[in-house]
Amino acid sequence: MNFLLPAWALTRREFLRFWGERSRVAGFVISPLLFWIVVGSGFGNLDYFFAGALTMTVMFSAMFSMMSLIEDRREGFLLSVLVSPAPRASIFFGKVAGAAILAWLQGLFVLCGVFFTTLRQDPLTLLCVAGALLVTALLLTTVSYGIAWKLSSTQAFHAVINLLLVPAWMLSGAIFDPLLSFAWVRLLVQFNPLYYAHSLVRQFLAPGPGLPDISNCVWALTASIGIGAVLAVRSTK
Amino acid sequence: MVSADAIRVDYGARRALDDVSLVVGAGEWHGILGPNGSGKSTLFRVLATLLKPTSGRFVVAGETDPARIRRCIGVVFQSQSLDQKLTVQQNMTAQGNLYGLSGATLGERITKLLWQFHLNGREHEPVQQLSGGLARRVEIAKALLHEPSVLLLDEPTTGLDPMARREWLELLTDLRHERELTVLVTTHILDEAERCDRLTLLHEGRVVTGGTPADLKGQVGGDVVQFGTTDPARVAAQYPMFESRIGDGWVRFETPNGARFAAQAADALPGVIQTIAIQKPTLEDVFLRTTGTRL
Repeated sequence: MNFLLPAWALTRREFLRFWGERSRVAGFVISPLLFWIVVGSGFGNLDYFFAGALTMTVMFSAMFSMMSLIEDRREGFLLSVLVSPAPRASIFFGKVAGAAILAWLQGLFVLCGVFFTTLRQDPLTLLCVAGALLVTALLLTTVSYGIAWKLSSTQAFHAVINLLLVPAWMLSGAIFDPLLSFAWVRLLVQFNPLYYAHSLVRQFLAPGPGLPDISNCVWALTASIGIGAVLAVRSTK
Repeated sequence: MVSADAIRVDYGARRALDDVSLVVGAGEWHGILGPNGSGKSTLFRVLATLLKPTSGRFVVAGETDPARIRRCIGVVFQSQSLDQKLTVQQNMTAQGNLYGLSGATLGERITKLLWQFHLNGREHEPVQQLSGGLARRVEIAKALLHEPSVLLLDEPTTGLDPMARREWLELLTDLRHERELTVLVTTHILDEAERCDRLTLLHEGRVVTGGTPADLKGQVGGDVVQFGTTDPARVAAQYPMFESRIGDGWVRFETPNGARFAAQAADALPGVIQTIAIQKPTLEDVFLRTTGTRL
């Protein structure tokens, strides 16, 4: 059975649904910029918070994207996908790719704000940041997919995602430097994929001491995606 | 074309299907008839490869591997499985892609099916704007897109108004004349069941009887006479020679000559019998006789 065609069907469906809903398009554009400007201004440093705003934009968009999986199950669409001969890995890939690309595009939109900062803006840096955002989007949609498969209501999904997302974001380095905090916080940070995602973006935009190496970040994120993908495909029944 | 052998499904401590076996021949339209909770939707989920049975085996189109079975079956669910936000055309294209179809082949099949099911001109409308009957037609067109040899329908007319239900049944009749297809339909609606070649009656997760609609009704024989009465037990006791069933405010007899029996009973029990209905046995009578409960 063809792997890519079913995956493409599900990816394209995510795009069609997105463009069909005006409120989603408005939220796509306005909310991340507003967040960056308001919170960054609050900290008195738009430059420092820029990497955090980028990570956060991709993170929220990607993590909540798989609420659609629960809706698909409730509305019956998922049943017609599951009785098709499409390989389970293809179903996973199609859903995740669609949602991850949308989250990534949202991140790229916010990345345009870099020209209003004093951060690095050369094409290679922007390319690397775009790559880091794509990896982050893929990681978080994979995690979101795995969680959504186990849950039957959007309320439960909201609760679980918030439970994971808020601590992960707080310990990502987007708000404060966690390595200057308590020992248990420093330990916890080592197991937080978002810390590596945020650090990777910061390494490209404003490299500095106290951040993990780029190679460490890439390895940590790739391993996280790999583990998440295996678990998510196995749960696709 | 479809066979199930000693299928058992347990949901925790509750047994949803118990030793269910059936055989459906090629080209046969087979109905699974039973009330809500009889296990017919569970059996449907097993045959559609959505649920692994606790024990037992099933073969569809000569295949036992779920991944291979999925290529041979078209499935119409009780609830809608269309994406409400997408148009008819977009839904059909996504379905075709899921089955590995694309390009000109897919385009031709979509055009043909939309025409066949009188949906041409509606292809660019979002599904959420279609009536229930039209959306149902899109469902079956979608299920036939990959030209399956077996079509599984789970209570396909649930939620449809009488007009849409009649249209749906006519559509199925046309479909039957147009293509060689094995169909397995779960239903609790007599109109749908009457159109099947053979039926399997399910009750509380078990097969209670099976056969052609005519054979099944022949098991009851004669006429069915139902009296509306304030004292069903008394009326039943009056005629112990005939098989009877008692319900809330009614008693039902199977008799060789309904008209004569009804007249005699009305004379013998004045004031006790309030209404009389005489009819030929229906599948509901068969079910009532076999299980003691109504559909």
